[in-house]
Amino acid sequence: MSNETIMQVEDLKVYFKVTPTGAMPWTKPHILKAVDGVSFDLKAGETLGIVGESGCGKSTLARGIIRLIPAESGQVLWLGQDLLKLDNKEMRSRRQEVQMIFQDPLASLDPRMNIGEIIAEPVKTHHPKTPTAEVKKMVEEVMVKVGLLPNLVNRYPHEFSGGQCQRIGIARALILKPKLIICDEPVSALDVSIQAQVVNLLKELQEEMGLALIFIAHDLSVVKHISTRIMVLYLGNMVEIADSADLYNTPRHPYTQALISAVPIPDPLIEKNKELILIKGDLPSAINPPSGCVFRTRCPKAQDICARDRPEFADAGNGHKVACHFHD
Amino acid sequence: MSLLEVNNLSVEFATQDGAVRAVNNVSFSVDEGKTLAIVGESGSGKSQTVFAMMGLLAANGKATGSVRFEGDEVLGLTGDALNAIRAQKMAMIFQDPMTSLNPYMRISDQMAEVLVHHNGLSKSDAIKQSIRMLDAVKIPESKNRIRMFPHEFSGGMRQRVMIAMSLLCQPKLLIADEPTTALDVTVQAQIMRLLAEIQKDFGTAIILITHDLGVVAGNSDDTLVMYGGQVMEVGTTESVYAAPTHPYTQGLMSAVPRVDSELDKLVTIPGNPPNMMNMPTGCPFTPRCRFAIDKCLKTMPELIHSGGDAGHMRACNIPKEDLV
Repeated sequence: MSNETIMQVEDLKVYFKVTPTGAMPWTKPHILKAVDGVSFDLKAGETLGIVGESGCGKSTLARGIIRLIPAESGQVLWLGQDLLKLDNKEMRSRRQEVQMIFQDPLASLDPRMNIGEIIAEPVKTHHPKTPTAEVKKMVEEVMVKVGLLPNLVNRYPHEFSGGQCQRIGIARALILKPKLIICDEPVSALDVSIQAQVVNLLKELQEEMGLALIFIAHDLSVVKHISTRIMVLYLGNMVEIADSADLYNTPRHPYTQALISAVPIPDPLIEKNKELILIKGDLPSAINPPSGCVFRTRCPKAQDICARDRPEFADAGNGHKVACHFHD
Repeated sequence: MSLLEVNNLSVEFATQDGAVRAVNNVSFSVDEGKTLAIVGESGSGKSQTVFAMMGLLAANGKATGSVRFEGDEVLGLTGDALNAIRAQKMAMIFQDPMTSLNPYMRISDQMAEVLVHHNGLSKSDAIKQSIRMLDAVKIPESKNRIRMFPHEFSGGMRQRVMIAMSLLCQPKLLIADEPTTALDVTVQAQIMRLLAEIQKDFGTAIILITHDLGVVAGNSDDTLVMYGGQVMEVGTTESVYAAPTHPYTQGLMSAVPRVDSELDKLVTIPGNPPNMMNMPTGCPFTPRCRFAIDKCLKTMPELIHSGGDAGHMRACNIPKEDLV
């Protein structure tokens, strides 16, 4: 793994305008702060895991980075170039280097295209002049790489199981030899035994091709297994980021601590005697987030200062950053 | 006598392509106040097993065998006799709390309906009792919130409403079909904690259906592992986890990543879950089993004592000493 930083995200904000139902035409729309100032960097060949509850902005962050959703402000430096400032044509050519895998494997494949066409589509889009024979060869190669038999090229997505469909999605993402793949909940729709196959495949491909991965999932055990570093999001805010082992062994933010303690461990002797850190209540609305620290309404350590000041990132060493006034 | 005894339960669906057997000769029992977890991947028949018990099979489904609740046969009951069992003896909560609540009805109406129908209460008494039940599942401001519609609740709160509704008639058995699969881990922890408290307070027996081995570990007394409509292994949760004796259970345990350990590579089970339309004869796990011998292709092994802890049973042709 080289230490070259390939992506630097600075203070990225993604806002949505939401019009309340039944509002008058002159009513000002509410601002929903889906991602509110997230910064991180990504090195070549590493895996950054993003975890958090549903509605915390994990998918919006990923989509904001590659401009599938327009960002409000901030910077996304990709190999030194700010993606948010590129015009559409330049952006399109950059997209070859960043590909994406989606959650629902069947829904992300066009049911009326056969597997060969689906996997070849990125080549035809970005390099339309590639000779047909060469495209065919590329498709075969990449199918073998993800563990699909090349003689299946003429089949249609509905003929495949969920795990195989996910392999097809991975093949499509790989064919242009990208430097980064964003995986948005790639295994959460799969059975346990199939999930392990896909996770192993992603790890192998990463080592072989030197890929960087951004791995979004709500299953913390899977994220821990695959990631080098992990970012914890809460209500559009990054609350903690650290090396994978560091984060799990010594979580410093009260939210991370609660999140990790809530993950069930498949061992009755440990699980039945475990002390659980329960957090009360539900995620507050992102339209009207709490003042100061966004987690304070559910935080066991919250005090007056948390309502006033948004906590700055404190560095706990070794790149372990945490945003909390009273972190451990 | 156990609260619930299921013997040789089979479920078959008549389809255009012939009969599909979703559940095959399943037997188990649940004692009062205990929790049985049924674990399996999609298509293992875990949901159809309990649907058959509750009389919820699709119109083309047919269940055979025997399901005895407190000694009385409940399989094959219809109409009023079936409704007398539902809610009052067995109640069920489902995976997706949004689709199992009626979006057009206020929570108060949906909950009161249960008590008016089953216990003959007046509407106002029924609502009073429903509010008490919402308090029991820790929904804040229950008096106001009972007037709301399902969409006004969050996912976790909706699942609490479902649990409250299922407990209204104080059933002796609660069947929870993937109750936390649609929820975040922190909410999952809250709901599982709540179910445990309710079990203690009301003495309810629980059948917990899930694919999450972590949830099973922390919340069950016994574990039943299903694959392709058959029972592969059953025993106390402690003994099944400490010493799994079936190749499928072993594979499943090592395929799950854990937060408390470092692994370089996950052990995988090769292949895919079986296709219900095209079940292998013999043991359904044979095509994916690395120990399979010729006998496995032809005969489904009987569920016999594993030689370990009492009640620990396995269905495998290979002696457990040879599974290395």
